Amino acid sequence: MRSAIILAGMVLCALLLTAPVLADNYAITGGTAYTHGGRGKVERATVLISDGKIVSVIPDGKVPDGYERIDARGKWITVGFMVSATSLGLGEIGISADINDARSEKAKHTLGLDPADGYNPDSTLIPVTRIEGVTRASVNLTGGKDMWLGQGMVVNLGRGTDTIDRHRAYIGLDISEHGARTGGGSRPAMWDAIRAKFDAADPRTGRSQRKKGAEPDADVEALRGLFTHKAFLLVVANRTSDIRKVMALKQRYGFDVIVAGGAEAWRVADDLARARIPVVLNPLQNLPRSFDELGATGANAARLARAGVKVAFLAPDTHNARLLPQSAGNAVAMGMRWTDAVDAISVNPAEIFGIADHYGTLEKGMDADVVIWNGDPLEVMTSPDAVFVKGQAIPMRSRQTALRDRYETLTRSPQYRRLQ
Amino acid sequence: MMTTAKRNHRLSSGLAVVAASLAIAACQPGEKQGRYVSINRDPFPSTYTPLPGKLTLIRNVTLLDGRGGKIADASLLMKDGKIQAFGKNVPAPDGALVIEGKGRWLTPGIIDVHSHLGVYPSPAVKSTSDGNEVGEPVTPDVWAEHSVWPQDAGFTRAMAGGVTSLEILPGSANLFGGRSVVLKNVPGRSVQDMKFPGAPYGLKMACGENPKRVYGGGRNNTSHRPSTNMGDVAGYRQAWADAQAYQRAWDKYDRDFKAGKDVLPPRRDLKMDTLAAVLRGDIRVQMHCYRADQMAVMMDVMKEFHYRIAAFHHAVEAYKIADKLRKNGICSAMWADWWGFKMEAYDGIRENIAFVHKAGACAIVHSDDPFGIQRLNQEAAKALADGRRAGLDISRADAWKWLSINPARALGIEARTGSIEVGKDADVVLWSGDPFSVYTKADMTFVDGAVVWDRHDRTHQPVADFELGQVGEGDVK
Repeated sequence: MRSAIILAGMVLCALLLTAPVLADNYAITGGTAYTHGGRGKVERATVLISDGKIVSVIPDGKVPDGYERIDARGKWITVGFMVSATSLGLGEIGISADINDARSEKAKHTLGLDPADGYNPDSTLIPVTRIEGVTRASVNLTGGKDMWLGQGMVVNLGRGTDTIDRHRAYIGLDISEHGARTGGGSRPAMWDAIRAKFDAADPRTGRSQRKKGAEPDADVEALRGLFTHKAFLLVVANRTSDIRKVMALKQRYGFDVIVAGGAEAWRVADDLARARIPVVLNPLQNLPRSFDELGATGANAARLARAGVKVAFLAPDTHNARLLPQSAGNAVAMGMRWTDAVDAISVNPAEIFGIADHYGTLEKGMDADVVIWNGDPLEVMTSPDAVFVKGQAIPMRSRQTALRDRYETLTRSPQYRRLQ
Repeated sequence: MMTTAKRNHRLSSGLAVVAASLAIAACQPGEKQGRYVSINRDPFPSTYTPLPGKLTLIRNVTLLDGRGGKIADASLLMKDGKIQAFGKNVPAPDGALVIEGKGRWLTPGIIDVHSHLGVYPSPAVKSTSDGNEVGEPVTPDVWAEHSVWPQDAGFTRAMAGGVTSLEILPGSANLFGGRSVVLKNVPGRSVQDMKFPGAPYGLKMACGENPKRVYGGGRNNTSHRPSTNMGDVAGYRQAWADAQAYQRAWDKYDRDFKAGKDVLPPRRDLKMDTLAAVLRGDIRVQMHCYRADQMAVMMDVMKEFHYRIAAFHHAVEAYKIADKLRKNGICSAMWADWWGFKMEAYDGIRENIAFVHKAGACAIVHSDDPFGIQRLNQEAAKALADGRRAGLDISRADAWKWLSINPARALGIEARTGSIEVGKDADVVLWSGDPFSVYTKADMTFVDGAVVWDRHDRTHQPVADFELGQVGEGDVK
């Protein structure tokens, strides 16, 4: 860990002592930068960061006065990665501990539930995740009562007060067998309820006109965002027939949809590409875990990307959100191009979740989510030396590193603070 | 049973009955003795036979021997299922199949000490949930092998991940979850076809939250016990005390019979059969335990009842007591970085495996997961990198011990497998490159010298019955 601190640079040590920090001016010099996902390779790059934004990424670029210089020779530089569809900030522990704010079992209505009401930016999962180079996440409920997963949002994993990046970005809907089981007991029963909701909110049918004086229905309000293209519909679907239903939804109602899960999406890759429907998937899913996933294969991501489908990656679960680059690396091992795999954890989710105007690349004016890696970021033995979120240098510290430092040498009573 | 020499005449009932010997000098005059009763300790014998293999030489590889050694430009010769020779210069015998390994690595096969393949198979539906005998917290009478479904496609995925042997355990709902079974990772029609010949049984035990959660609410038994950690420990201790009494009863039967008395054996108790076998040292305890303080308590319970714990499984806080684990000679089977999914996993750190290794204790990388078992090499790589970042000097060759010889020791199969040594089972993996890279795949997996998996040959990529006739049958996985 000593070496890690040295690698992270004296800059960050100083910042640790003066936290909270304000965004400052940094010049990262000498590394190899990838400015557009896995593309836009710039050797000997000078990456200038000022006021939270990228100023420029230029080979052998000059470092202006007033910039803190960070030597990144031999290092790799990418945008901070983005993980899709997590429950980050909605609970500390999986089972039998704190309240799980990602659940909806006892909710009155589920469609319009807002994860921002439960979001805790002080969750220990956030430092644990961001010091591994993952700086953005989309966040939604995991459901429980029925097929609706509430309204999803996008967050940055920085230390600022503005951590919610895009509020009410999407509505989550689980039409897999899991959704069907809770949302009516079968697919026909579930779909009857889904169509009733959409038809009621569809402005073309006129049924969405609220009677004067009637209570605003949170679900109808949320659904209005779909029809006005302020939000999109994220649909959990794995079986091919269910994925076709997602395409039909887009056709019928005209709103934007994305497929999440998508275990069998490769079987309809061309149709998804033609319909411009992105797929958010777990590249490690290669087992028939349910009758919805009989066609699961580790080649899913590679096949979809080759067909022209925009792909982003899910992590194995929320606590393991930091393992996103490993998942991307495994997609490469199963035939995906490296550039496509890096896109799937950077520019693609930025576009899919609607924040690409300010995050996802290292272009001038973009939020400076920047990671300096000690090697290929998708490799399992690589780790970040430094992480910036919106131009802020992140202390490379989490509850886990604190435990590590405490127990590096074993003592009688480690609870006493030790002087370094 | 138990303390006397083996008696071999078995009846299909599972009880072996041997005619009373004539050596009954101590017999009281006139007393007629019944037949001696002993218990068949292997009623579900292995029917494993190695798949057909060839005399095979793999050459020009980077070889990790699984004991900390590394040889560049090495060759390895497999004959009749065993490792015949390995090293710098191994000539190809006449008729040998020669596999060119330039740029590739060769290692001992990965051994996963913690898997639920077959007992929680794919598909994970209600009908296939066969890993926890919920209803009472002490169930050492159940045996995982009676739940293993050999048609779990997870076994074949694990072959593609270089896993050659694995221990299938019951789940952790119960204080005593039941017997485990050690398998060679080859397809079979029955679990007996997969059973590692001669491997000792394990006994799954579980610390902490899971038994409390399953029973404390009263939903799964009427006693609501255990509902606390102290309830857990009381449960273990009472069961061990009962096992001691059971063993004494059989010992007495044995003594009395030898003395020529006409005695009935004790009533057989399947739970106590397993626990008494642990006390005799025939069955190895594999204990699910996360927290340091709970492991420390279990080490004292172990001493109180004179048995051995082979390994703490999960051991998320092993780094806090690595010195005590070393002193007590107990292995820790760990994940590289899983944490937080429950309270007792909250203090997980990425350096856990490396810190246990540093302390001189036995470190093992395990999966407990049908996806994790497919890339245990990557888990070792992460643990190695984390250890190095913490300033520890660990080689790749050392780190491979976490995947092969250390798990073999914990399972009691180290004389047969777990390292590349002449005479050992030829359980090896030919990797497409450095197995500490995310991009590396197992090109070929050998069990007892036979190819069980070949990434480039579809005839050596088994398809489970369940996958036949389904979407995705025979696809790249």
